[in-house]
Amino acid sequence: MKKKVVDAKSRQRRWNDFKLFLYVLPVVALVILFSYVPLWGWSFAFFQYKPGRSLMNSQFVGLDNFEALFGNVVMRKNLIRVLKNTFGIHLLGYLFTPLPMMFAILLSEVKTPKFRKVVQSLTTLPNFISWVILFSLATSLFGSNGLINTVFKSLGHDSQVVTFLTSDDHVWLTQVILQQWKSLGWSSIIYFAAIAGLDQQLFEAAMVDGAGRWKRIWYITIPQLIPTYFVLLIMSIGNFLNTGVDQYLAFGNALNKKYIEVLDLYVYNLGVGSGQISFSVAVGIMKSLVAFVLFFLANTISKKIRGTSVF
Amino acid sequence: MAKTAVVRKRKKWTTEEKAFHAVVYLIYGLFTFICVYPFYYLMICTISDTQMVEMGKIILFPQGIHFKNYMEIFKVQNLGHSAMISVIRTLLGTTASLLATSYMAYFFTKENMWCRKFWYRLVVVTMYFSAGMIPIYLNNKMLGLINTFWIYIIPGMVSVYNMILVKTSIESMPAELEESALLDGAGYLTRFIRIVLPLQKPILATVALFAAVGHWNDFFTTKLYITDSQLYTLQFLLYELLNQVQAAAQQIQYETSAMAQATSSITPTGIRLTLTAVVTIPIMVVYPFVQKFYVKGIMIGAVKG
Repeated sequence: MKKKVVDAKSRQRRWNDFKLFLYVLPVVALVILFSYVPLWGWSFAFFQYKPGRSLMNSQFVGLDNFEALFGNVVMRKNLIRVLKNTFGIHLLGYLFTPLPMMFAILLSEVKTPKFRKVVQSLTTLPNFISWVILFSLATSLFGSNGLINTVFKSLGHDSQVVTFLTSDDHVWLTQVILQQWKSLGWSSIIYFAAIAGLDQQLFEAAMVDGAGRWKRIWYITIPQLIPTYFVLLIMSIGNFLNTGVDQYLAFGNALNKKYIEVLDLYVYNLGVGSGQISFSVAVGIMKSLVAFVLFFLANTISKKIRGTSVF
Repeated sequence: MAKTAVVRKRKKWTTEEKAFHAVVYLIYGLFTFICVYPFYYLMICTISDTQMVEMGKIILFPQGIHFKNYMEIFKVQNLGHSAMISVIRTLLGTTASLLATSYMAYFFTKENMWCRKFWYRLVVVTMYFSAGMIPIYLNNKMLGLINTFWIYIIPGMVSVYNMILVKTSIESMPAELEESALLDGAGYLTRFIRIVLPLQKPILATVALFAAVGHWNDFFTTKLYITDSQLYTLQFLLYELLNQVQAAAQQIQYETSAMAQATSSITPTGIRLTLTAVVTIPIMVVYPFVQKFYVKGIMIGAVKG
């Protein structure tokens, strides 16, 4: 008798656990449908696919497409150039990663809350603007008929002063600076939050000991923010290859294409622009695999340093 | 005035302190100016005399104020329709995403779910692992989503990043709140709608902001999936226009561009600036209202991401 009651109870509990899964199933199915099911598309990389034909009628070529990416001189050159751009823009961007922390630390030292608030909300605004709008703004200010060039022209300069939108000079740097303009205020929010959570007693004790502002920043604030900084840095490594295309599509043109074409944009141009679906998918597959390995590494490092991770 | 009052109150300020504040004010003032000026410049250009704009005479203040640009802009082919698509997409997409995301977040807080860890990881990995642009395109094509409005709404419905934010926030809620409702015999869905959602307003507002901005700003989905001009969004229209202007500038044939012919009384520059303003203004209007929420939202979950 007793055993039966226990059985029924545990069965009831198990059914309840499964019911919870049934509740979440529809939304999990959505994720599977749009993130995992597309994996069937990887098969295109192993065929000599031509648009308009079906995969069935295409010739199976095994790993030929992958080999061609490295073996074919033009393909290899393009791939190396695109990888260089991706790495160049990212590595340059890493030089700026301490900036949000410094931005938050210095601003937190300001004694007028109103000034802090105004700066914070106005510098966050660019983060919510699309790259297309940003490009339009940049055209108004820096374009060949933009404000700066027009003003200098009226001052008697014959040649254009600012040409970065329509030339291949310093493409990486200007793109990274644009990124910084867009995201600096936003990225600093997390450090503001961290600073607000610091133990005030430490600062008071340091003040009693006669530590000045810079000493307090250097010996108390920064060491306590460093873990946050490293976690964000490590996690960004996981997204190293995922640059997105919005920025580079908006700012890219025939003149700067050589330096602005990053991996994601290359995949797009190859697949959609020139219809080389098979090659494009092959590049995409390698990108996805490398990105996943990077993420896995980042996650493991984060686990070791911090004790917690995404998983 | 206000500044001197503050200084007077704190007589202890040393010269070093004053110098420090002066420098900090200067740096942040400058950076804030750099952040705001492009938007300000855009706005004053759209209401200023177009010729003066093109001569570079408009720098700090609008001159020859008129609102013709804003009245003419809606004559641009397709613009009214695209605006409608953008608005509907943003409203519908944000609502759908908010519901799906918070629904998933709520159930993933239930630790006794069957194989919860597995399903949760399966979902979270998609933040870092993607099948790639072309396979996803082919998949959406297979699902019949190309050249339909639903491509804007359905594939992006579950945002994993936002889901983690909401989940973290729900987890920090006292469990007693839900337990009391459990005693009243309320099921999961009732508890989710009646108790969890109302208590999670700050994080939901944050997530709604992210989703809405994402929908409003997206032009790539249109570029990749849509050829039917009836489904164009404002951002895509702006993107196309910018490309046209660029191409036109390279040929130095402003007058013959299609956009210019459609509206005779404003110049291509005028159209571009005004369209940019039309796309930017909604963000600037909504932004101050949600701003107080997102700082909280970020604090809850950003490091966790």
